Amino acid sequence: MAGLYVIIAGAGKVGWNLARELLEKGHEVTVLEQDRRRYLTVEQELEHAVQYGDATELWVLERAGIQRADLVVAVTGDDEDNLLICQVAKEKYLCERIIARVNNPRNLEHFKLLGIQPAVSATDLILRLIEHEVPRYGLVHLLDLPEERLEIIELVVSDEAPAAGSPIAEISLPEGALIISVLRDGSGFVPTADTVVEAGDEVLVVLDPGLEEDITAQFVGDSADGRG
Amino acid sequence: MFVLVVGAGRVGSSVATTALRAGHTVSVIDEDPLSHERLDVELGKGWEEAGGRFTIGTALEMDALVEAGIEQAQVFIASTNGDNTNLVVSQIAQRRFEVPRVIARVLDPRRAAWYREQGLQTICPTQIAIDQLERAALAESG
Repeated sequence: MAGLYVIIAGAGKVGWNLARELLEKGHEVTVLEQDRRRYLTVEQELEHAVQYGDATELWVLERAGIQRADLVVAVTGDDEDNLLICQVAKEKYLCERIIARVNNPRNLEHFKLLGIQPAVSATDLILRLIEHEVPRYGLVHLLDLPEERLEIIELVVSDEAPAAGSPIAEISLPEGALIISVLRDGSGFVPTADTVVEAGDEVLVVLDPGLEEDITAQFVGDSADGRG
Repeated sequence: MFVLVVGAGRVGSSVATTALRAGHTVSVIDEDPLSHERLDVELGKGWEEAGGRFTIGTALEMDALVEAGIEQAQVFIASTNGDNTNLVVSQIAQRRFEVPRVIARVLDPRRAAWYREQGLQTICPTQIAIDQLERAALAESG
């Protein structure tokens, strides 16, 4: 992905560092910052790549050249601002790619309601990392593709699971689910129909959303909560 | 009618008071308890005593919106002092709770116009002031 033009709303820690990384990779970047003092600080390093102004105002976005932006990233500390910046970028200026930061995870549903995706919440990301490190629920969401209606989850096969000791072909998975990888003793492989799943294996499953519970029942058994 | 007003500053409290006096069911949300006093003063008696409802909360709190009766609301007025809050919460009222009539106060004329085109009823006090000032100025100069 070479030569993108990226507009970043908000020159906080996230916005500033993101701009730095993107500039280093050779992309063109404009950061918008509405706090005058913060703008002056950031401007010392980023120079013309940062502009002073409220990114929720249309003229500020237009001055930054939103009409030709490939990507708009809204990472201010205010969820309403991030939501509206992405909404006008997408719906008024027809920007194809947007990324919004969600500061308060409780606001995530508002971003979803108004079609602002992906919306990234630090709390959510950290929670997922914790769950990945400590898979106490037996199931970890690795990737959600809501647009494509696909998810990839990871499960640890428990001793009492119906699938433990069964070849893949005999595990009754619902339609819309597929085992794509098995991790055993630290290495992963793509299973065949004859591969026997063992307790302690980590399996990666690609599935249509909503099938988690059926799949958890096969690999984890009844005791698990079943939610990532 | 059931009227829900989010943000009871000068504008919101005045509209809420008028609606209550006109015999409508009126529920108000504001994060500042002081705005409750403003309602009492404007009405000349206790807000609840006169049948009004008041919920302390911010506009984006689903619990507060539900507690204030958004599911029954027929008219939803977003009149906090923030354009962005008004635009977000009124779209929530429109799309999630399907309130039949949703009105947002938006000070920024350009965004008020654009969101109006998108099907959200917006009232722009700035545009009203601009129109009146221009009319007054041009009338004077003849």
